[in-house]
Amino acid sequence: MAALADRPVFDVDQFLAAEKHKDLLRFTTAGSVDDGKSTLIGRLLYDSQNVYEDHIKSIAKSTVNRSAGAIDLSLLTDGLRAEREQGITIDVAYRYFATHRRKFIIADTPGHEQYTRNMATGASTADLAIILIDARNGVQPQSRRHAYISALLGIPRLAIAVNKMDLVDFRQDVFDSIRREFSSVLGRLGVSGAWFVPISALTGDNVVKQSRTMGWFEGPALLEYLETVEMADGAETRPFRLPVQRVIRPHQDFRGYAGQVASGTVRAGETVTVFPSGRTTQVKSIESYDGPLAAATAGMSLVVTLEDETDISRGDLIAGAGHAPTLSRVFEAHAVWMSEQALDPAKPYLLRHASETVPARVSAIVHRVDINTLDHEGAATLPMNGIGLIRVETSRPIAFDPYRENRITGSAILIDPATNATAGALMIVREHAAASGPVTEAERAARYGHHPAAVFIGERPSLAELLERRLFNRGANVAVSAEPSLALERAGLLVIVTGGYEPSLPLSIDDETAVDEIVGWLEERGTLIGEQTVADGGGI
Amino acid sequence: MSSLSHLQRLEAESIHILREVAGEFQRPVMLYSIGKDSSVMLRLAQKAFWPGPIPFPLLHVDTTYKFKEMITFRDEQAARLGLNLIVHRSRPAVEDGVQPFAVGTQRCCQLLKTGALLTALREGGYDAAIGGARRDEEKSRAKERIFSVRDTAGQWDPKNQRPELWNVFNARLKPGESIRVFPLSNWTELDIWQYIHVEQIPIVPLYFAKPRPMLVRGESLIPLEQPFVPVLPGERTEMVMCRMRSLGCSPCTGAIRSEADTLPKIIEEIISFRRSERENRVIDHDQDGSMEIKKREGYF
Ligand SMILES: Nc1nc2c(ncn2[C@@H]2O[C@H](COP(=O)(O)OP(=O)(O)OP(=O)(O)O)[C@@H](O)[C@H]2O)c(=O)[nH]1
Ligand SMILES: [Mg+2]
Repeated sequence: MAALADRPVFDVDQFLAAEKHKDLLRFTTAGSVDDGKSTLIGRLLYDSQNVYEDHIKSIAKSTVNRSAGAIDLSLLTDGLRAEREQGITIDVAYRYFATHRRKFIIADTPGHEQYTRNMATGASTADLAIILIDARNGVQPQSRRHAYISALLGIPRLAIAVNKMDLVDFRQDVFDSIRREFSSVLGRLGVSGAWFVPISALTGDNVVKQSRTMGWFEGPALLEYLETVEMADGAETRPFRLPVQRVIRPHQDFRGYAGQVASGTVRAGETVTVFPSGRTTQVKSIESYDGPLAAATAGMSLVVTLEDETDISRGDLIAGAGHAPTLSRVFEAHAVWMSEQALDPAKPYLLRHASETVPARVSAIVHRVDINTLDHEGAATLPMNGIGLIRVETSRPIAFDPYRENRITGSAILIDPATNATAGALMIVREHAAASGPVTEAERAARYGHHPAAVFIGERPSLAELLERRLFNRGANVAVSAEPSLALERAGLLVIVTGGYEPSLPLSIDDETAVDEIVGWLEERGTLIGEQTVADGGGI
Repeated sequence: MSSLSHLQRLEAESIHILREVAGEFQRPVMLYSIGKDSSVMLRLAQKAFWPGPIPFPLLHVDTTYKFKEMITFRDEQAARLGLNLIVHRSRPAVEDGVQPFAVGTQRCCQLLKTGALLTALREGGYDAAIGGARRDEEKSRAKERIFSVRDTAGQWDPKNQRPELWNVFNARLKPGESIRVFPLSNWTELDIWQYIHVEQIPIVPLYFAKPRPMLVRGESLIPLEQPFVPVLPGERTEMVMCRMRSLGCSPCTGAIRSEADTLPKIIEEIISFRRSERENRVIDHDQDGSMEIKKREGYF
């Protein structure tokens, strides 16, 4: 905060412009109890001069000091009385700081197993996790659990800080052996590119300043790593997704759909499909308090209006035409169980996903993960803090993407309606093929990548053959018929009708050109909604 | 990362939270304390529901010890923006002569703020109360969820908070429970001032420096709005160039010496500060962990 204080002249516009170009890194701490997470955060804030004097004074006065230093820096984040009394972190503390390079939001989370759910809370929004390991104790079950949860949550970057190096005489061999052991754990989780650093949160070595004592370590200090590590989440280049939070209807002439863009970009005039109905329309305008916008991109909260007055409400998903979400009632998801009451497949739950809430059941536990061996094992339930792959059935179809592709449309929580507890955190992996109940038009559309339609082309057998091949090759479910057939359309097919009927659109004589014209026409009408997502489970 | 600026990201997140509140609750209400954070929150609410109106009322719990300028500002804003503003005063306490120098700051706050707030929420039948608290203000606030459940007595249990993952909020309540929602959780004091500057949001003039009569007590500057503020031997009133860094009740909110009479100057001043914003609030320092105790009791 003091970074600019000494400047002779302060130009607020210059300052604001500089602020605008700073990006934001959200990071979280993780690791076993007492490995020094809170002390590290205190040290980071203190040495980078991001703590107010009265806060330092107040912790210096504190009767609690479990550290070997003059002041116990963990007290900067352990703000609850119970935390200070017990000397542990119970719940996440959020801290905010900035350097001249970046802005940071820190979530300092508890290491104690009992509070794993609070660790998951802090980690769910993080771009980076610092996993601490006590140099004296080496890799603990909780280090593995937190690495596993960080990987499940899709945290893009991991930094592994081997802490308390002062207690092992700053020895390189201790650091190296922990690095070797933990690298193999990370390898099994499919995590690559983790960065290791030896530190002492107590003395400050390699936290803000590079350590002189550990000259054998070449890398930068932790803060410099945090300031410079490259982050790209690519949310803007992914398919467009807008969960509808609210219909805004101030008067007869305006009907807008408000939400925060989960991913991608959309412009006025572009075709979108609304789920679960599967209806297709065009974006009429993108509106905001600050005026109309040419485009809406990931992260923005705005209002869109659509060309057709379709029936849309809170919980629906507006998706770009290119790449449809999966619409299904049954899916598999990685779960972190967070309730004292173990997961019970006999019990009804509520699924909160994007802006919708749907009754749900857990129809199977595919496997549970043994945190010590990382092996998968059969299980009838998941206890609190248990991790596993489960199958969820919702009472109506929901539109989702795999979590690996979209952290917003791929995440969900399960609520226990008896206690209202947030019982499970879900990261959706894929649709489970054997959904039950009547198959809906929207489900078919989501699977085939198109809506049912009849295309009349007149009596042109060679064109019919060419068109059928083209549509079939792009994955469409297509048939040629001399007569229009409602039965085929109900089955979700694209029907090419060759009889002596008026063509659906004016067609060129040349067959190749006519095929292009028809495909273009089908795309424009939104009949073809693009290729279907092929979901896979990933390394876990 | 996202091409949105830091402020745009904060704004979008807050709007998302406000829309979730409107979507999930029957009777939400927004606590409006007239300060800078409330002013930002009000603008965010306008943005969230634009071009429609804000779909919930605003509630001001008036201890009657607020600065006069605050009340004038509040009424102007309400008229100008056509707000549905409800003012709740705890009449009996005021008539009983409850004031910080008679009953102590803790008891005064408990009666006039926390107690009055709980009564107002109960009488209004509100199931969600939106507040402008930020996590960077104080160490127990740094621990609080965005959707923070209160039991049937309006109390917070910091050791047993619901997990809150991603931007998926659990808004389910049992009868009698309520929720406090903090859309500004991730904003810092500097973010607030930058946003006020960029968006040109009106704020109470008390935030801008000018010469004001103050009782000078050591390092503290005590405003002399209420007649009951005791003047100790040797103390006198001076005209001091000063401003308020945060606004509360006049007897318990100290001013700071400052020359910052424009937003750019305030921003510059904030950057140079080495002391926290609530240091000038008497109430946070009554005892160690006093904010947590008040929050447990139902204070915002
Ligand atoms: N010698 C030494 N002690 C340390 C170091 N880092 C932390 N400690 C001490 O280790 C103890 C635990 O530190 P905390 O920061 O509370 O640990 P934590 O990981 O936040 O613990 P939980 O949040 O409860 O899981 C305290 O007594 C710290 O003073 C270090 O680098 N060297
Ligand atoms: Mg800790």
